[in-house]
This record gives sequence, C-alpha cells and structure tokens, in this order.
Amino acid sequence: MNSSAIWTSFSTILRREVRRFTRIWPQTLVPPVITMSLYFVIFGALIGSRIGDMGGFSYMEFVVPGLIMMSVITNSYSNVVSSFYSAKFQRSVEELLVSPTPNWVIMAGYVLGGVSRGLIVGLVVTLIALFFTHLSVQHVGITIAIVFLTSVLFSLAGFINAIFANSFDDISIIPTFVLTPLTYLGGVFYSIQLLSPFWQGLSKLNPILYMVNAFRYGVLGVSDINVVWAFVGVLVFIALLSAWGLHLMSNGKRLRH
Amino acid sequence: MTAALSIQNLQKIYDNGFQALKGISFEVQPGDFFALLGPNGAGKSTTIGIICSLVRKTGGSVSIFGVDIDKNFPKAKQLLGVVPQEFNFSQFEKVFDIVATQGGFYGMPRALAEERTEKYLKQLGLWDKRNVQARMLSGGMKRRLMIARALIHEPRLLILDEPTAGVDIELRRSMWTFLQEINAQGTTIILTTHYLEEAESLCRNIAIIDKGDIVENTSIKSLLKTLSRETFILDTAESLQGAPDFGSFNGRLVDEHSLEVTVEKGQSLNELFTGLGAQGISVVSMRNRANRLEELFVSLLADEKQEEAR
Repeated sequence: MNSSAIWTSFSTILRREVRRFTRIWPQTLVPPVITMSLYFVIFGALIGSRIGDMGGFSYMEFVVPGLIMMSVITNSYSNVVSSFYSAKFQRSVEELLVSPTPNWVIMAGYVLGGVSRGLIVGLVVTLIALFFTHLSVQHVGITIAIVFLTSVLFSLAGFINAIFANSFDDISIIPTFVLTPLTYLGGVFYSIQLLSPFWQGLSKLNPILYMVNAFRYGVLGVSDINVVWAFVGVLVFIALLSAWGLHLMSNGKRLRH
Repeated sequence: MTAALSIQNLQKIYDNGFQALKGISFEVQPGDFFALLGPNGAGKSTTIGIICSLVRKTGGSVSIFGVDIDKNFPKAKQLLGVVPQEFNFSQFEKVFDIVATQGGFYGMPRALAEERTEKYLKQLGLWDKRNVQARMLSGGMKRRLMIARALIHEPRLLILDEPTAGVDIELRRSMWTFLQEINAQGTTIILTTHYLEEAESLCRNIAIIDKGDIVENTSIKSLLKTLSRETFILDTAESLQGAPDFGSFNGRLVDEHSLEVTVEKGQSLNELFTGLGAQGISVVSMRNRANRLEELFVSLLADEKQEEAR
C-alpha cells in the first residue's frame, strides 16, 4: 500500500472506532462523567473540605488532576479492549486481517480510537471539575504531552489484553485486579509524602504514580516524583508494548490459526 | 498464461497435530468458475483461510495472478475477495457502513468507496436496507451483504465459501445469476458448496478434496463422463401391487406409482421401457434420483474409503 492508501485505511479504522463509542454514548461517555462528578462532590466538596490542604493546595484542587487522569486511563484502556475483543468475538476483525492494511496501521487505528475516547472523557471531566474548583494550567506542554502519551500507553495495553482474551471475563480481569488498584494507589487521592518511607518506596514501583504526578505537575506545578522519569517510563513502555502488539499480530496464534 | 490461483504442495498441520492439508496442488485459470468440493472437515476452509491469510500454512506456496503471498501479500490481497462461510461483520453496524468501511481498508478514497457501495448494494438488492443494522437482516441478506463487501475493491479473484448455505431456492438462483454475470465480466470465481447442483450448474472445473488430499481435479464435463451409473425414479400411470421384472436392470418398487432403477453405463433406457411396456406398465415421467454430480461425488469418496480399507 502506498502512503495515501495507508492514511485512508488508518482514518477509516479511526472513524469506525469513534463512530462506535459515540453510537453507544450512554455506555461509553455518560458513566465516567457521572462517576467523576460523584467523586468531585463526595471527595472534593463534602469530605475534602474537612481534609484541609494537600501539597499546598485545597484537597479539591489536588484531587482534580488525579481524577482526570484516572478517567483518561480507564477509558482509553476499556475502549480498545472491548472494541478489539468484540471484533474478535464477532469475527469482524477478519475484515481487516484479509485486507492489505499493514498490522501497524490496524494497531495504530485502534489505539488512536482509544486515545480519542480517553481524551474526550478527560475533557468533559475537566469541564465538570470547573464547576467545583478553579484550574489554571501551569505547564501546558507537559500537561498535554503526558495525558496524550498515557492514553496511548493504556490503549496499547488494552489492545494486547484483547488479543489474549478468550472470553468477556478476560477483558475485565486486568482492569479490575490490576488497573483499578494501581490507579487508586497511584497518588490520585493523596500525596505519597503522607506515607512512611517504606510505602513511599513501594509506591514508586507503581508506574501510574508517575503519570498522575506528571499530569499534576503540569496543572498545579507540584509533583511527588521527578517528571522526567515519568516521560522516560511512559515512552519506554509505549515502545515495549508496541513491539509486543505487532509481534502478536504477525506471529501470534490468537488472531490467525 | 498466469494462473489466477496456483497452489503447490500446500500443507497445514494445526497446533493440536491435526494434518488438515497433506500437500495439495491445483491451479485455477483466469476467468474460470471453479468448484472446490469436499465433505465437512476435508480441508476446504483451511485452504481458503491460507489463501486469505487467516490461517498460517505449514508448507507449500500460494500465488494469486502470479503474486506469491509469501513475497507480496498486500498486493495479492488486493487481487482477492473472500466471502467466508460464517458471518464475520459487526452486527451493530449499518449495512452501508460495513461495505464502505471495507473499501477504506483497501485504501479506497471515501467517495469512491461510497459510489461502489451504492452500486453493489443495488445489484444485490440491499439498497433499501442500507441504513439498517446488520443484525436486523435475514440470513440470505447477510450472505449478500458479505458478497457486496467482498466486491468493494473489485477483485480479480473471488472466493465464496458456501455462499448459498441456508438460502432459499429463489434467492439462491438470483445469487447464481449475479455470480454468472460477474464471472462473464472477467472475475475468476472459486466456489465451495454443499449443493452439488449448484456446482454442476455454475462451474466449469472442479477439484474434490477429501481428508486433506485432492482426489479429483478436472473439468466438470469430463468428470460427468466418468459417471458409470445413474439412478432414475420412474413415475408410472398404473398402480403397482409389487415390483415388476426389471430384466438386466437393478430396480425396486418405491411406492405404488414409482420405481427406482439403476442404469449402468452401456445399458439402454429403450430396453428398460420396452420391458416395462411388455408388462403393461407405462412410464409417465422420470427424473434423476440425485444430482449427477452428487452421485459421482459420493462414489468417488466411497472409492477413497475402499482404498484406505485395503
């Protein structure tokens, strides 16, 4: 395929992905908005007002970047894992596999579909947050870069999960038992400065902590970790997962018999 | 002339050790309407899966119009359209979107993809259903949707894996007409089917595959010439109380108004009618008990089994 045909194929996959999650918007866009609104009301306004400052900011200001990032992570992941697994389950993935579209374009199309949903949900959650607190972004470039790269990373992870999945149960195991605990313990709701040195050290093994803190640094200008490590880590993970995803597509036995 | 499809020594052993293809070879010439027949589990769908990249071969080679799939699969895929046996589209997408989107996967600009989608949906009688979700279509409509989708990039070789399974006879015949038309326009067609009448009516050449081996590969005409016997059902004017004397023929009474008679190669039907006439039995109509190709197919597979038993 020449570059023009590749672009057409990529944009077709992306358009189909966006059409899918906007068609079922009550399942894809509304729930995260409701959940995050409840977080803002309960943790931010009701309980947060009694917690006092955290990291030099009101609790509501502190928690908002974490909640935005949490919604981006979960929505990017769940969009790709459910969409690609459904395509496998209904065998509609064969439409792509029999076409001349290269494997990397298929993966990029699905990943950008996940990024689209993650960023749209993140944007809506940000707009809702403005009803509860004032947000002034300190480092626009860092904020946009880290949220985009994090969304890419978790979309890739969702893609790989979908390739391995053999049932609908398999696409909920990782989000439930890995993603949610790591996100909740990844500095969304608290600064790790509150923890003992042992738990601080353990928390620093959690990759989500770096992404949440890099985003918080972009928005508020404060972070528990060195932001450079966040970018290095995310880029390394993106490179590794991309290579793994492409390997599974070309040589794996889960898509082709 | 470069073959539309050339398969040489194709082998497939699945991970569980099952050898689905034992080194089959055959060619399909450009413009042909070719039947690939075989019982369930013979290796037809594995062969098609390898041709379209859904199954990875263990050995051998496949070329589509001279393009080796190992050397330039994207180019080979551009030349190929596949209608699979199972429905493999998103049930929740609209008919128009499914077909037009497939055009995009082949790198077609959206305007051209939409133009072709309209053309093929109209030709296949699905235009009125273009805004309906695929899950709302009947089984026959879903099969036609997959044909429209396979044609969107106008492939030179179209492979249909049991396209008329579960389709009523009227619709089946309209699909035959459509396939004959696109074949007449130059598209090479390979068909697998369980309706042997379909293969006999449509196809010029045939390969029969059984247990991963090609057991016959020839023209349908020459294959039918090898038919050594045919079985006919004769309807009689008179009510019969018992089986008449069939002379040198093998026959039996089916019911009081019909007889089943097997005619071996070299035997004359005139002799049969004369014999029955002498017993006061007049035949008012006759038909093949089974489709001729079906009879041949069954006897070929039976021969295979006998050889294996030896």
